[in-house]
Amino acid sequence: MDVQVSFTLNGKMVSAAAGSATLLVDLLRNRFGLTGTHVGCDTSQCGACVVHVDGASVKSCTMLAAQIDGCAVDTIEGLSGNGELHPLQQAFHEHHALQCGFCTPGMIMSAADLLKRNPRPSELEVRDWLEGNMCRCTGYHNIVKAVRAAAGVMGEEGS
Amino acid sequence: MREFDYYRAGSVRDAAKRLAASGNAMLLAGGMTLLPALKMRLNEPSELIDLGGIDELKGVKLSRKGAHIGATTTHVEVAGNVELRAAIPVISQAAESIGDPQVRNRGTLGGSVANNDPAADYPAVALGLGATIITNKRKISADSFFVGLFETALGTGEMVTEVLFPLPQRAGYAKFPNPATRYALVGVCVAQFKSGVRVAVTGAGPSVYRLEDFEEALEGDFSSDALDGLSVSAANLNDDMHASAEYRAHLVGVMARRAVAMALD
Repeated sequence: MDVQVSFTLNGKMVSAAAGSATLLVDLLRNRFGLTGTHVGCDTSQCGACVVHVDGASVKSCTMLAAQIDGCAVDTIEGLSGNGELHPLQQAFHEHHALQCGFCTPGMIMSAADLLKRNPRPSELEVRDWLEGNMCRCTGYHNIVKAVRAAAGVMGEEGS
Repeated sequence: MREFDYYRAGSVRDAAKRLAASGNAMLLAGGMTLLPALKMRLNEPSELIDLGGIDELKGVKLSRKGAHIGATTTHVEVAGNVELRAAIPVISQAAESIGDPQVRNRGTLGGSVANNDPAADYPAVALGLGATIITNKRKISADSFFVGLFETALGTGEMVTEVLFPLPQRAGYAKFPNPATRYALVGVCVAQFKSGVRVAVTGAGPSVYRLEDFEEALEGDFSSDALDGLSVSAANLNDDMHASAEYRAHLVGVMARRAVAMALD
């Protein structure tokens, strides 16, 4: 069966018909062309598919498209504004926090949720928070540095 | 996943009616276990009844009886509730140890107890505290609720609506997490009440269970020294690629001591 869903996607109201077994990540990628959200493991372990639903980070491979009716969904494509990189994106760039880049959108969306809840996380808190995001290239070190650097920048801007 | 029908329930009554009417429907709460299980075709329901839109199933309330937690309250909501953390910190500590932040943002208390995964955290806390599982039909003590491997006392057309955790004098939950999944290789919940001590173990056996000899020892002397000399048999414990039965038996003793230390802290 198809389920009709209406939701806010990166700030804009959208509607779509989705199969009842369609995953949120597949709706975002295939129906809306937002391919920044990746499918890595498809078993809710790797975190490449992390998006925000009503402001909270979730694994979009483990949510049905049908469940987001009436919700606000934010993806990596909605993070930067006015052609400027988000402080997390800028920090990942400056600290070489990626190599192949496959995990990066999920890392950044997950870290953005952390910084909303905890604007000045310790190194341990960043590492603990990123438990659900796997990177097979960097060894995490530069990712942690980038998240803490972004926290500093975002703190200075008072955001 | 195979196709299924999707139904968004408006109330507990509505969901229960729908569940009773369909032979093969399943309830969808956070979906953190159910959706991966559907992908692997471990379940093939004809319909998913989504409980996500039912407000009466959400929230934490404290009363003289203890903490009443609605079935679809997420782990992050439980962990973040300040009054609950002050009243029964062991529940908050267990909730924040589950999975990863994204799983905690979606996963629910009711989903965890109804699924009764042999390595899940909430069943240990529910059994350790002697919680009451409240359904749309009746109240079930945790001692009767957790029946076996992925098996509970829930009947056809029955759903968990709330869990009531009584207030202990002190309690602790310690677990040795599987480094990949954060499920408990072994987790032990120890709780002291005026009426006695309860010790519940998850991860070690086919389902959460109580450890009577540990309870008796701690009733005489609530300290980790009281457990010296007690050993745990590896017979019938889980034995898999993650840990041998002997190692799990060893961990039961270690985690029980840590849980007592946390309770005394």
